Amino acid sequence: MKKSNLSVLPVIAWLVLFLVIPMLIVVGISFMGRDDLGNVVLDFNLESYSRFFDPLYLGIYWDTIELSVLTTVLCLLLSYPLAYYIANAGPRMQTWGLVLITIPFWINFLIRTYAWVLLLRTQGIVNNLLLDFGLIQEPLQMLYTKGAVLLGMVYTFIPFMVLPIYVALEQMDKKLLEAASDLGASGWKSFWHITLPQTKSGIMTGSVLVYVSTTGMFVVTDILGGSKSSMISNIIQSQFLGARNWPFGSALSVIFVITSLIMIALFNKAMTSKHMAAKEGR
Amino acid sequence: MKSKSHPLLGIHSLLLMVFIYVPIAFIVIYSFNSSRLAADWSGFTFDWYISLFDNRHVMEALSNSMIVAVTSTIVSTVLGTIAALSMRNLSRRMKSGMGGLLYLPIIIPDIIMGLSLLVLFNQMHIPLGKLTIIIAHITFSVSYVHVVVTTRLAGMGQQLEEAANDLGAGPWQTFRYVTLPQILPGIISGALIAFTLSLDDFMVSFFVSGPSSTTLPIYIYGQVKRGISPEINALCTILILVSVTLIFIAQFVLNRGKGQKKQSVLPF
Repeated sequence: MKKSNLSVLPVIAWLVLFLVIPMLIVVGISFMGRDDLGNVVLDFNLESYSRFFDPLYLGIYWDTIELSVLTTVLCLLLSYPLAYYIANAGPRMQTWGLVLITIPFWINFLIRTYAWVLLLRTQGIVNNLLLDFGLIQEPLQMLYTKGAVLLGMVYTFIPFMVLPIYVALEQMDKKLLEAASDLGASGWKSFWHITLPQTKSGIMTGSVLVYVSTTGMFVVTDILGGSKSSMISNIIQSQFLGARNWPFGSALSVIFVITSLIMIALFNKAMTSKHMAAKEGR
Repeated sequence: MKSKSHPLLGIHSLLLMVFIYVPIAFIVIYSFNSSRLAADWSGFTFDWYISLFDNRHVMEALSNSMIVAVTSTIVSTVLGTIAALSMRNLSRRMKSGMGGLLYLPIIIPDIIMGLSLLVLFNQMHIPLGKLTIIIAHITFSVSYVHVVVTTRLAGMGQQLEEAANDLGAGPWQTFRYVTLPQILPGIISGALIAFTLSLDDFMVSFFVSGPSSTTLPIYIYGQVKRGISPEINALCTILILVSVTLIFIAQFVLNRGKGQKKQSVLPF
């Protein structure tokens, strides 16, 4: 048994070296300064964090949260009915529904985002169709707008929402639904009081996944939003690869990860407390 | 058994599926469009596929992507499988600690993983290039391989291994003739997932690639930023086909074998 205990060491070593230590270095750098050439120098300070409170960056952070929340809500509203439909379909339809909703996971999001450029640009497919049908006289400016970014985000993350909700719907106790209908509850009533509360875990998982992924995504904003809209992740990316201000980029990353963790913790807390209440009530 | 769904629900679901697939379909369709500029259809052609293979930059990106994907798949499959096998013998506390560590790459946002690796390589004075991309890809693939192999191991039980042991087989013999053949579908499927993830990765690679080692997704990003060329439609079409095919093979391989509980390579 000793021998197999040792064989786990390479993986531990790998993940510590290339995952844990790098993240700790980023935390460290967020407290450091820069010399005249822009290199990171050992000089403990909180400057990068105080810079975050510049109205410019606070505004961008607010926009990021707004976009992420909006994306999450839209994904939820669009995905729940689809997940519900798949979960209640016959076995054949169910398999097909699942396959179809999984395929986008394996198509690069860069390619899926690019598809919208093809559709939305000034000489794009949508504009050409609208012009051909005489619905518009001039091509519409759709690309490089906030709407395009929102559309791209929702499009990218719908599968992230459908699958967890589907899993929750599959696992719920269906006897309760029968009981409800025996007791004379209408379809809506039993959905509202039984199905929805029982699939809360799926809704939570999906929402956290979509929210965190949206916040961390700079490609969709970059390609569909152009220079007009930027998110916290676009700033992080440009601080690391463009401006070479690593302390500030690191501070933004730390703030990003901490807010995500707080969001996840809040979601978890909301879920467990409701769970406890339900258990005690029984 | 179940109450029938409302017809509106069916219509909504259908429309959502159309919404998901129409943009992808347009990429595929327009990769055969003979016009270079217009979004209008102006005739069928294979030209973009042919010029794609004459494009030196694309071929270089392809070869970089393949080198990275093959190397990182081999290493992450070996590491992930060893992790899955050795974790069975750990104490409960060690196991949950290891489990947490192995789930980290799945949970951490790609952007954070990419930039923290960039910082590490910079501190260690490792020049950015294929090597750094390979290291990054191994780091996120290991977890997925581990998850798939662990699921397979859990479905198998340890009775056969114990029997082999009782019959006098050494640890290596037991592994070679009893354990390995049973978990092989899990290993192959894990490897295919690692390969696909590597081939598809943009966010992490973007930070650690350096100017001289462009992979296919990074090449596509550059082209999309500069504008649209029909060659990109062709390249995307090929990538879509490759990823989807690999995942279907992974799914098929994983479910091979009689009496096994159905497993899935879905991310959930």
